[in-house]
Amino acid sequence: MANYSTNEFKGGLKIMLDGEPCSILENEIVKPGKGQAFNRVRIRKLISGKVLEKTFKSGDSVEGADVMETDLAYLYNDGEFWHFMNNDTFEQIAADAKALGDNEKWLAEQDVCTITLWNGSPIAVSPPNFVELEITETDPGLKGDTAGTGGKPATLSTGAVVRVPLFIQIGEIIKVDTRTGEYVGRAGK
Amino acid sequence: MNWQPSASIATLKKRALLLHKIRHFFAERDVLEVETPLLASSGITDLHLENIECQFTGPGFAKPLNLYLQTSPEYAMKRLIAAGSGCIYQLCKAVRNDESGRFHNPEFSMLEWYRMNFNHHDLMQEVDTFLQQMLACQAADYLTYQQAFLMFTHIDPLHCQVTELKKFIKDKGEPDIASVLTSKTDLLQYIFCTHIEHKIGQETPCFVYHFPAAQASLAKLNKDDLRVAERFEVYFKGIELANGFHELTDKHEQLKRFEQDNQLRQQAGKEQKPIDHYLLAALENGLPNCAGVALGIDRLFMLAEQLPHINEAIAFNITNC
Repeated sequence: MANYSTNEFKGGLKIMLDGEPCSILENEIVKPGKGQAFNRVRIRKLISGKVLEKTFKSGDSVEGADVMETDLAYLYNDGEFWHFMNNDTFEQIAADAKALGDNEKWLAEQDVCTITLWNGSPIAVSPPNFVELEITETDPGLKGDTAGTGGKPATLSTGAVVRVPLFIQIGEIIKVDTRTGEYVGRAGK
Repeated sequence: MNWQPSASIATLKKRALLLHKIRHFFAERDVLEVETPLLASSGITDLHLENIECQFTGPGFAKPLNLYLQTSPEYAMKRLIAAGSGCIYQLCKAVRNDESGRFHNPEFSMLEWYRMNFNHHDLMQEVDTFLQQMLACQAADYLTYQQAFLMFTHIDPLHCQVTELKKFIKDKGEPDIASVLTSKTDLLQYIFCTHIEHKIGQETPCFVYHFPAAQASLAKLNKDDLRVAERFEVYFKGIELANGFHELTDKHEQLKRFEQDNQLRQQAGKEQKPIDHYLLAALENGLPNCAGVALGIDRLFMLAEQLPHINEAIAFNITNC
C-alpha cells in the first residue's frame, strides 16, 4: 500500500495507525509564523470505532490502509457468519460478529448494507439509514390514544427493540432510523 | 465550476474600509507608504519558511533570471530605511510555499511598518493602539515568553533541557510527536502553539516578548539578558497576528544568523538558500535604530468580522484562483 504525505491528508483518507486502519475525519494545519508546521488530525479507528486526535509533523508520511467500501445485500446468518452478496457480480462475503457489532439487530434480508473491507476482509457493516421492519411483539395499545405520548416498547422481526406510539400494533411494518434507533413512521407513508 | 468569490461583496466592502482606516492610522502619524518588489533575486534562509520561485526571461535577460516571491517585504524596506526614508509602512502581498489551511493562504496580505528610534516596547505600545482602533478591543496584556511558559506549563524555557520538553509532550499523551521533534526550539514552539497560544489573548490581544535567543530571527539580543531577543508576537483569540523586532542593525551578526539558518537547513535535509547581499550592504552602510512589525491583514480582518476561515476574508483563494 502506498504511503501518503501530510500534504495528501483530507477527510476520508484511509491510513494505518498503531496497526489499525483509520479514516481521517478532519485535518487542520498548525503553522507558527517562524516554526515547524504540523497537521492536527481527527481520526476514526475503523475497527474499534474510537475517535482520537493526533498531530503529525508536516512533510512526514504515513502508510495508507487498503480500505474500501462496497454496497452488498444481506442474505442470511448461519449462526456464526452473516452473509452478504454483490447484486451485480453475485460474489458473496461473510462478516463475523465483531464486524457487525450492534448493527446485527437492523439486518433484514435483501437490504443493501455498506461493508467496509480492509485487505479484502469485512471490518464493519453499516445498515441502510432507514429500514422497514415488522413488529413481532408489543402491548396492545390503549383505545383513543393517537398522540403517542411516551409510547411503548416494540420488538421487531430482527430482535431490535424501539419505542413506538401506542396505536402501533403487532404485524404492522414500521420505518426506523438506524443511526438513532428511533421510530420514524408507518412504512409506505 | 464555481467562479464566485469566496468572500461576499458585502464583506469585501468592509475589507476596503479596514484598509482605508489602516492608511489613515499611518497618515496621522506621518509614516510614509512605500512599495517594494514582490520578486527579488534572493529569498529567505529561515528554516521553516519557503519561497515560491520563478524565472524571468526577456530583454537583457536571455539567460533566465531566478527570482523569489517574497515571504515578507522586510529586506527591501530595511534598504529604504538605510537609504534615509525614515518611518515607513507597506500594505502588500506576501507569498509562502507549504502554507495552506484555515489561517493560511499561500498568497496573503501583509502590513509591515518600521518606526525610527523605537525599541520593541515602544512599538508594542503602538501595535496595541492600532489593534484597539481596528478591532475595537481593550488594551492588550503583556507577557514575556518565560512568564507565558511558567504560567501554563511550569517549564522555564530559558533553563529547560530537551528531555524535560519531550517528557511534557509525552505526559500530554503525544509520545509520537515528542519523538520526531529533536531540537529545543522545535519543541518549545510546539508546546507554545499547542498548550499556550489558545490560553492567552482570549479577551484582549496578548503580546508575548523576549523570545529565547535561538528564536531571535532578525531581532537584537537584549543587552541586560543575552538569553533573550527583543522580539515580540501578538496573539488574539488563538490567532497569531503579528511578529515584531527591535531590529538587528549589525551586519556581522546578520551574516552570522543567515549562515546559522543555512546550517540548520542543511541539518534538516533542506536546500540552503542564497543570502541577500543587498541587505548586508545596506546594514554595512548603517541602519538607524528602529523597530519593525509585520501583521497579517487577512487574519486581522477575520478577527474584525469574526470569520471562521481565511477564504471568507479574501476574494479568491488557492482553491479557486
